This record gives sequence, structure tokens and C-alpha cells, in this order.
Amino acid sequence: MQITVNGKTRQFDAVTNITTLLENLGLDPARVAIEHNLAIVPLAEFSATTISDGDSLEIVQFVGGG
Amino acid sequence: MRIQLNEQWIEIEQGMTLFGLRQRFKPEADVVIRNGFPANNDQALAEGDGIVLICRGEQPSAAELEALMVARHTPGVHQKLKSATVGIAGVGGLGSAVAVALARTGVGRLIVADFDLVEPSNLNRQQYFVDQLGLPKVSALQQNLARINPYVQIVPWHLRLTAGNIPELFAEVDVMVEAFDGADQKAMLAAAFLGGCPGKPLVAASGLAGFGPSNSITTRAVGRNFYLVGDLESAARPGEGLMAPRVGIAAHHQANAVLRLLLGETPA
Repeated sequence: MQITVNGKTRQFDAVTNITTLLENLGLDPARVAIEHNLAIVPLAEFSATTISDGDSLEIVQFVGGG
Repeated sequence: MRIQLNEQWIEIEQGMTLFGLRQRFKPEADVVIRNGFPANNDQALAEGDGIVLICRGEQPSAAELEALMVARHTPGVHQKLKSATVGIAGVGGLGSAVAVALARTGVGRLIVADFDLVEPSNLNRQQYFVDQLGLPKVSALQQNLARINPYVQIVPWHLRLTAGNIPELFAEVDVMVEAFDGADQKAMLAAAFLGGCPGKPLVAASGLAGFGPSNSITTRAVGRNFYLVGDLESAARPGEGLMAPRVGIAAHHQANAVLRLLLGETPA
């Protein structure tokens, strides 16, 4: 399945929803903000948000400090 | 012709010069500002000019003070900022500095929220004072901002922000600032605000710890209405603390991004 993440199109296997995509990318779900096809997705809905071929995601990772 | 003198419209005769005006209305004035810029030389006046005459060291009346503060703002900019509302989530190192900058700039209304109290470990970078230890940060900030610019309206919320209360508390903002410390809280706010207040811009920050190069801190667009300040990497952790210079650089990136958004410009 081809997914565009932060402007780069990549091939992913075994990715079905946002949670599995983040596992695949090695990212902590609690520390990212995600736009899925231009819609913001809250953390509570990561597992329920299905990812399909051709989808586009913006993933913003946060680090601590302020 | 008509000009504004210390924010009052007055009628003056053609041919009146700047210093002639001073001689007539306030000969003791030693600071003369024409259209937002200090003037050192006598010059012709034009219809619609805004002139401010100030005696250095003089304690102005409350009514004069706002006019005098406005005098250093670019004409046309001040009214837009005065009618604006900006939200700030977290008033620690980033948020307190953003608030000070926006208050000095003349943003009319700041909605600030933080559950925390001022403590000694904050004073290395946050805009508080020793005699404010133990106060809620939002109360201490309200005191400090009132001493800087009493014409800014502060709406302080001493509470913990959650995904549930963020959309309601910040429903009226024109621009939102994320200024939390924890990465998970930053992510929570981004999703809650961008999802709950659609169409309104958010200026967040990530990666500003330590004393790395100043120029690695940037402002970038990371989504629709979503801007991110920082180097994206320098996390606060053992061995890399938060220090006033870089926190201040990031905070002022955020404040300038807010200013640009309020004035209809893109921040990055």
C-alpha cells in the first residue's frame, strides 16, 4: 500500500490504521499530532482511523520543553 | 488642516511645522514622534499626521498613557492588534515570554491558562519574580502584564487544560499559542484545538532546550493553520536543560508568528 507521509510517498505493508502506521514508523502515539487526508485526528481515534492506499498524512512529532 | 496631537484631532493652519506645533502646545516636550517614528529635525506637517509630544520622565495621566504607548506602533497596525484575542496554553518559559511580547505590542486581549504555581526552578527562564513564588502563574502573569501595559485585557484560567475544555476556553481566539512543557501535552493541545476550533491558526513549539545554535530554531508551516517553532529535536532531558536564551528565541518566534497572522501575513 502506498501512503504519503509528510510529503513523501512510501510503500507500507501490514499498516491498517494510524496506530499500526505509528508502530511501523517507531513513533510514540502520545507525542504526535496527525492530519489524515487534511483532517485532524485525536489520539483516541488513532486505532479506529483506517488507512487506505493513496492516503496522505502529516505527522508532527513533539519533543518536551517549554 | 486636521492632524492628531496626542490622539486628539485638532485643526491647524497650513504651513505649520512639527517644531512650531511643539512650541505652541508643549514647548517642554523633548520627545517628538510623527506617524510612529521619532523626529529629530523640524519638518512640514501633512493632513492626517499623528503627532505625539512627550516630556521624558513625566508620569502621564492614565488617558495620555495609552496614546503615548501607541505612538511607537506603526500606524494602522495598532487598531488591528487592539481588537485581537490570542490564546496561550501554558505560561511557563514559552508562554510567559510570548505574553509579555504580545502585551508590549498592544494585542488587546490574552486568554492564558496554566494549572501551575511559580516555583524557584522557573526563575531561570520564566517571566516571574522571586516575590511571586507560590502564586498561580496566571495570577503572577496578570500582575506583571498590568505593570507593562494596563490596556491589555487578561483572561486568566488557573486550571489544567484537557482535550475536553480547550475548544470552549479558546473559542474566541484569533490565534492560539501552544506553550506547554510536555511532549504529550503539546500533541494533545494541537489535536484538541485544531480539531475543536477549525479554521483558527495554531503556533506550537518543539525543540528549544540547551544552548545549541540560535539559527537552528525556525518557524515552519506543518499543516493547514498549523505552525511549528523550534529545531524539532532538542528535548528537555537530563543533561540538556531549558535555558533563557533559546527558550526566549523560540517564544519570540512564536510571538512574531502570532503578530504576522493577526496582520494577515503568513508566518513562514
